[in-house]
Amino acid sequence: MRFQLIGVNHKSAPLEVRERLAIPESRLPDTCRDLAAYPGIEEAMVISTCNRVEIVTHTTNGAADLRGFLHEHFHLEAEELDPHLYEFREKDAVRHIFRVASSLDSMVVGEAQILGQVKEAYATARAVGAVRGQLDQLFSRAFAVAKRVRTETAVGSSSVSIASVAVELAKKIFGTLEGKTVFIVGAGKMSELAARHLMAHGCASIFVANRTYDRAIGLAQKFNGQAIKFEDLYNTCDRADIVITSTGAPHAIFRREHGEQFLARRKNRPMFFIDIAVPRDVSQDMAKLDGIFAYDIDDLQQAVSTHVADRRKEAERAEAIISSEVEKFEARISTLDVVPTIVSLQDHLETIRQAEIDRVRGRMGQLTPEQEIAIEALTRGIINKVMHTPITTLKTAAKESEATTVVDVVRRLFNLRDKDKEAAHAAAKKDEVGTRQ
Amino acid sequence: MSLLWLRFALACYFIGLVYAFVALSRTSDLFSRIALHAASLGMVFHFVSLVELFLGGPVVWASVHNGESLLAFLSMTFFMVIYAIYKTTSPGVVVFPVVFFLTFVAAVDEQPVLLTQFVSHKGWLIAHIILIFTGYAALVLSFGASLLYLLQERRLKAKKATSLISFLPALEVIDQIGYRSLLLGFPFMTLGLLTGSVVAVTTYGHVDFLDPKILLSLLMWAVYMVMVFTRWNSGWRGRRAAVLATFAFIAALAAWAANYFSAIHRFAS
Repeated sequence: MRFQLIGVNHKSAPLEVRERLAIPESRLPDTCRDLAAYPGIEEAMVISTCNRVEIVTHTTNGAADLRGFLHEHFHLEAEELDPHLYEFREKDAVRHIFRVASSLDSMVVGEAQILGQVKEAYATARAVGAVRGQLDQLFSRAFAVAKRVRTETAVGSSSVSIASVAVELAKKIFGTLEGKTVFIVGAGKMSELAARHLMAHGCASIFVANRTYDRAIGLAQKFNGQAIKFEDLYNTCDRADIVITSTGAPHAIFRREHGEQFLARRKNRPMFFIDIAVPRDVSQDMAKLDGIFAYDIDDLQQAVSTHVADRRKEAERAEAIISSEVEKFEARISTLDVVPTIVSLQDHLETIRQAEIDRVRGRMGQLTPEQEIAIEALTRGIINKVMHTPITTLKTAAKESEATTVVDVVRRLFNLRDKDKEAAHAAAKKDEVGTRQ
Repeated sequence: MSLLWLRFALACYFIGLVYAFVALSRTSDLFSRIALHAASLGMVFHFVSLVELFLGGPVVWASVHNGESLLAFLSMTFFMVIYAIYKTTSPGVVVFPVVFFLTFVAAVDEQPVLLTQFVSHKGWLIAHIILIFTGYAALVLSFGASLLYLLQERRLKAKKATSLISFLPALEVIDQIGYRSLLLGFPFMTLGLLTGSVVAVTTYGHVDFLDPKILLSLLMWAVYMVMVFTRWNSGWRGRRAAVLATFAFIAALAAWAANYFSAIHRFAS
């Protein structure tokens, strides 16, 4: 079990870092291929959603330089990226993947979108051949665990994503969203998603403002909306009922005086600010104004965890399920790890035995059937005796954490490398057929 | 007989009153449906009671308790109209207690009567009573809506999880209910005051502006007008609107209470 995982999520990294790491869908297959070809990596997969970017790999020695890959691939400096990264290995990586698939690591715990996103990522990586035996095992199990968590706990009930929470809140303010105007300030993936949700619920028109005017035009075209020059933001903003803001500005771009100005021009009709920027775009002062309703990313998250107490209890139950599943998976994978080694060890010795018998035959000429039987019994007996201890040791080691070390030693001693890989493949395939049945 | 029907109505409104208190703390669809049906049934009894009164002749209308009964009925009618348009029972939180209180007072058997024996134009008097009471009912609704607006605004600002599962309708819906009641009530109130002056002029020959009843009624009308104006001109809502609505409501109560002090508009047992 040499799983290795690296990534960022909504907890570890601000949106701006996540945005820089986000990999567009069209480029996912190439990234998977690049990863699989990277030194030390056997299998690889990339999960890229608006809340996380993660690289999951199975490595040759459990110590591939995944950070190096990220720096190279995204042309980012170590000091920019590294503080936000988390890295998991072996058992911890398995646990993390199980938690992600079960939506326990989501911003909105229990939301259902993530499982679909992981499944897509898996399908993409599989299609380009970057996922084979080990990751295949891991993710098949992760999907089963996610299903178990969903059916056995209530973590997924009343699940809603950030975007749909924004819609719910907008409805609590405006009643119907028919004919309402949306303003996107700072074109990003999440604001686009929220805007799409709002439009689907009846919002009529959309404005987009972005520091880079071209990006504003691009996004506006997607929604049949109107691009606004960033300089005109304050003059046009009051025309919107709902403002989704996610600029990378270091300070609040909407301050109290702007709020007062908007409200005066709107005759105090309320405005809803969905502030998904980190740091926030709407100042605290402005959020206090009557008629301005500003929800930042944490507020949205909080608004979602409606049944906080219930959810916590359910999440605890889900964590317990995951822990037991991680144990099971580990045990299974480790046994799988030693079985091919035992098989190839037996094959290896059998080949030697046959070769030696042939050599004896060549030297002594035709043997009588009795002699044949005697030699067969003698050599087989010796090999079995010699093999007994190593095989028992391997089988015992399979249940301990030292499995990989022991397996490595045996492989190296008997020079089993290549054969073992093939055998692992065969075993994995056999197991997959087994689980499907 | 009329009083008996009114007491039946009162029993039905009691369920509405209980709903009003429960709804503040938790949401129950079933209970709001029960309250709605009970209130509708109450309105039927109430209507029968009013019809019997009407058959009794116009002077009886000027009795203070019958006036309260009529006001309660008009408020319920408003509530039902709002329910028909917005499908929300939440204004009931304010309307039900007011209606229950008015009906309760009216259903008690003491009936001071307005000194209307000198009134020569009975038609104007009836018009005055109905118009003014419609205006009052609209004011009650608008006052209720402004309180609910404040409550909902606070909830949304508090950003608590409960903001999503509150029994209250959307902020803009509450705002519309309040604004529309205000707009509807204003002409009724104005016409009610005008017909009242007509009655006064035809009875006494002049309008005594220093009489507490008239003074307070004018004050209420002025506050009402300020409310309509600020709302229309600069869209005042939330806290400021609630303060104004409270003023208007207090002025209305005072104008009502003035019946006990006024020289020209007074009750007698």
